[in-house]
Amino acid sequence: MKPARFDYYSPDSPNEALELLGQYGDDAKILAGGQSLMPMMNMRLVRPKVVIDINRIAGLSHISPRPDGGLAVGAMTRQRELERSALVLETAPLLSLAIPYIGHFQIRNRGTVGGSLAHSDPAAEIPAVCLTLDTEFELASSAGERTVKAEDFFLNHLTTALEPAELLTQIRIPQTVGNWRWGFQEVCRRDGDFALVGAATMLRLDDRGICLESRITAFGAGGTPMRMNAAENHLSGSSVNADDRSEAARLVSDALDPISDIHASAKYRQDVAGVMVRRALEQALLPMEGEDAA
Amino acid sequence: MTTERKIRLTVNGKAYESLVPVRMTLVDFLRGELDLTGTHVGCEHGVCGACTILVDGSAMRSCLMLAVQADGANLMTVEGLAEGPELHPLQRAFQRNHALQCGFCTPGLLMTAYEFLRDTSSPTEEQVREGISGNICRCTGYAPIVQAILDVSQEAG
Repeated sequence: MKPARFDYYSPDSPNEALELLGQYGDDAKILAGGQSLMPMMNMRLVRPKVVIDINRIAGLSHISPRPDGGLAVGAMTRQRELERSALVLETAPLLSLAIPYIGHFQIRNRGTVGGSLAHSDPAAEIPAVCLTLDTEFELASSAGERTVKAEDFFLNHLTTALEPAELLTQIRIPQTVGNWRWGFQEVCRRDGDFALVGAATMLRLDDRGICLESRITAFGAGGTPMRMNAAENHLSGSSVNADDRSEAARLVSDALDPISDIHASAKYRQDVAGVMVRRALEQALLPMEGEDAA
Repeated sequence: MTTERKIRLTVNGKAYESLVPVRMTLVDFLRGELDLTGTHVGCEHGVCGACTILVDGSAMRSCLMLAVQADGANLMTVEGLAEGPELHPLQRAFQRNHALQCGFCTPGLLMTAYEFLRDTSSPTEEQVREGISGNICRCTGYAPIVQAILDVSQEAG
């Protein structure tokens, strides 16, 4: 048998899961979609004493509109459901654009939103999108609940603000429609492979095309997805013309200090992160459906 | 310690009940306990796609699920494709197009194509290539597999 021995629980309610987490803490691993945890257990890179399978808990899987126009997504919502959701496309189109880049469809059929966030692989798409969309995370423990902003959630390689006794239950995504535009780019060797490096962007433009607000995230280029403040500041107030976009790309490459590994060198990641940002900005400026090409 | 659990599940329309070690993966259960060895086990970390089966109608990696997690589920494996001696149109198209050589990847590709064609009834070649990108074949170079899947979509269309 591939995984090492563990004790298995499959609680029916969040409270039961939180009780188990409170009891076992660091010795326990939450099993959500299992598309990252199961490979690590099969290779025995991870040997949890206790596995708490939250797939049987009702109420953790939903995509619902919020009164403020944003979106609430349950942690156990499968990635494939987001991909097919008209509500996500309407409310958080950047997320719809990014989801098909996650693994293969068989992985997205099982993989969850919360699992991807709690695992927090630096090359993963959902963390990068959540950081770009100023998403809030609802964390619960038997001691109570708290909300953590995306900017405070991702701490380092595979490390988040989740305490050992905490469970991610839901995320809240503010709406980004109206005069927002978006782009998402990544480079990998084959469809479905981990991104070598990538970028997400949101631009809010006024009627004359002047940028009121810009958000740029690079991922796969450090321990966590990272907002690129210098490039964002450069674009705000600009018309995001070709020179502005090239300068933003340069600022991004300058700000990064990625690692080399078997897949790509640091220099490659640094340079290509800038290219991904430039392409994501170009993508964001493409005429949208029903718009005349400028 | 909860190291064993009783599970009930349906595989290819047949009901099973079994006591399984909680750390047994679903693919090991199908092969070792139910003797359904049509599903192949390759990389065991979700990369090769050989173990792809349908879980409640969705294609998934059976090496990335525990057998206990399939309690109550309705599974379909490659053994469920043919109706008696009558091969499934996908199987016939694979045979006709020489879409397999060693056959190791074939069950995973068939189950992947099964869901893919259900969702995308008239795919382009590019869509087929993307659809099967999660399944590794080391013999064919993929061209005959892509052709076989396109054949089925054109037959049905």
